[in-house]
This record gives sequence, C-alpha cells and structure tokens, in this order.
Amino acid sequence: MNGWTALDRFLRTDPRDVGCGEAMELLHVYAELAAADASAAQRYPGIAAHLAACGPCGDDFDGLLAAIRDPAG
Amino acid sequence: MAPADPTSHGISTSDRFDPDSGRWIRELSGAGPQREAALARLHDLLLRIARRELQRRGSQLRITGPELDDLGYQAAADALLAIIVKLGQFRGESKFTTWAYKFVILEVSAKIGRHFWATPAVPMDAEDWERLPDRLGLDPARETERRELAGAVRRAVDEHLTLRQRQIFVAIVLDGVPMDALVAELGSTRNAIYKTMFDARRKLRDALAANGYLNDQTSRPS
Repeated sequence: MNGWTALDRFLRTDPRDVGCGEAMELLHVYAELAAADASAAQRYPGIAAHLAACGPCGDDFDGLLAAIRDPAG
Repeated sequence: MAPADPTSHGISTSDRFDPDSGRWIRELSGAGPQREAALARLHDLLLRIARRELQRRGSQLRITGPELDDLGYQAAADALLAIIVKLGQFRGESKFTTWAYKFVILEVSAKIGRHFWATPAVPMDAEDWERLPDRLGLDPARETERRELAGAVRRAVDEHLTLRQRQIFVAIVLDGVPMDALVAELGSTRNAIYKTMFDARRKLRDALAANGYLNDQTSRPS
C-alpha cells in the first residue's frame, strides 16, 4: 500500500457512521447481539460503521465483547 | 450511595427483565444486608473486568504493578457509583451485567486517557509535519512521495480547516495523542472530538481530490 492509498483510507468517512454518542448509548445491546450471532452489523449498520472507524469506541467494543464471552476472565 | 427506587422509574422487575437481571435490580434497589451483598458482588465483578481490560490495553499504558491495580480499583469504584445512580435507566435491552460491564469499560478508557498526560510522549501542539508519513506507515525510502504527501496535506489543512479542526487534527494525527487523552485535556467529549475529526477528514479528502491527489470516487454523505 503506497502513501496516498493509506492517506485515502484514513480520510474516507462513512455517511452511515452514527458517531461516538449513539454508538456508546447502544454498545451493550450491540455487543450482546454480536456475541450471540453475526446479525449485529446488519441490524445496526451505523454502529458497525462507527466501530470500524473509531479506534477508542472499537476498543471499548472489543473489551465489552471479551467481558460478555468470558466474565470470569 | 442512596438506593435507586425502581418503581419511580417505571421499572417492573418481574415483567421486563430476564430473571438474573431482575434479581440484580431488585437487590440493588432494596436496602439492608441483601443490597450490601449485591453491591459487593457487583464490585467484585467490575473489578475483575477492569483488571482484565487494563491488561488487554497494556500497550496504551506505561504503568504496571500496584499503580495499574490502583487504576483498576478506581475504575471499578467509579463504575459502581455510576451504575447505582443510573440504575433507573436500565431498560432491560441487554442483560444487566452487560449493561454494567459497559460502565467499567468506559471508566477504564477514561482513566487511560487521563493517565496519558502523566508522561506524554510529545507536547500536544507540536506541529511536526515530517511525522505525517510515518504516522501513515509510509516507507522511509520513498522520500519524494513522503515530501509530496506531507506538503499536500499541510496545504489542505492550512486552507480548509478551522482553528479547532486544525488543533485536533494536529494533536491526533501528528502528535499521536489518543482521543480519550485529548478529551481529558480539552474538557470535551469523545463524540465532539470525533465529530470534529470526521468533518476535518471529509474536508481534507475533498480538497485533496479536487487538487488531483486522491481519487474522487468515494462514499460521501448524501
């Protein structure tokens, strides 16, 4: 991947992206759905778009998913 | 912490929640030893999640041992307090424990963000454009491309971003300040910082495409 491709990827925005506020509001619902089956992204495409683009919210989602799958750690 | 009254928020624990969630809500909303025991159980659960989350995000932190453990305790305690205050807002859209885990995960994020400033790698306003190619993972050997790219982005930033957008773009992209650290430093919210960066990215992409640096065919807001 050359530099322009990397820059293009970084600058691209997804119009479905709901932003951090809405994604965090429903993160527990989305994560539980994601832990149960693969329909979360289809049901909430705006949250899926946001989690793919926002590193901190993506991190929170990964952490919540890990907690749901194995709360005992 | 005053116990939340579930009935004052229209919660009917037996009808609207799964049995386990209903039990948590009843016990946490009650009084006496049963509530104290539920609080202790929830704190243990939150502490376990906080510790594991801190371990998982270890690369974002430059602390270990007792200091890391202390951060876990703080996250669990603050999450417990927030959960009790907001207990009436639990609507049963997920299990109670999933809802509660979200609080402690967000507390861990906020604490990692604040902790960044204890030993920041670079000052927030260092505007070193030579860092941009490295931040995008460009090969150091492609010197001409690195110079052209950094120059084009800098011109687009100069010409198209507002002062606020520029401040946030420089902090996140050039200085590598994590978003939650920026939230703590600016007294803002993650949503506000993300929105500012989102708009800045879109403006920069449009400007670079108009100047022929990037392909014009991308998904854009309708």
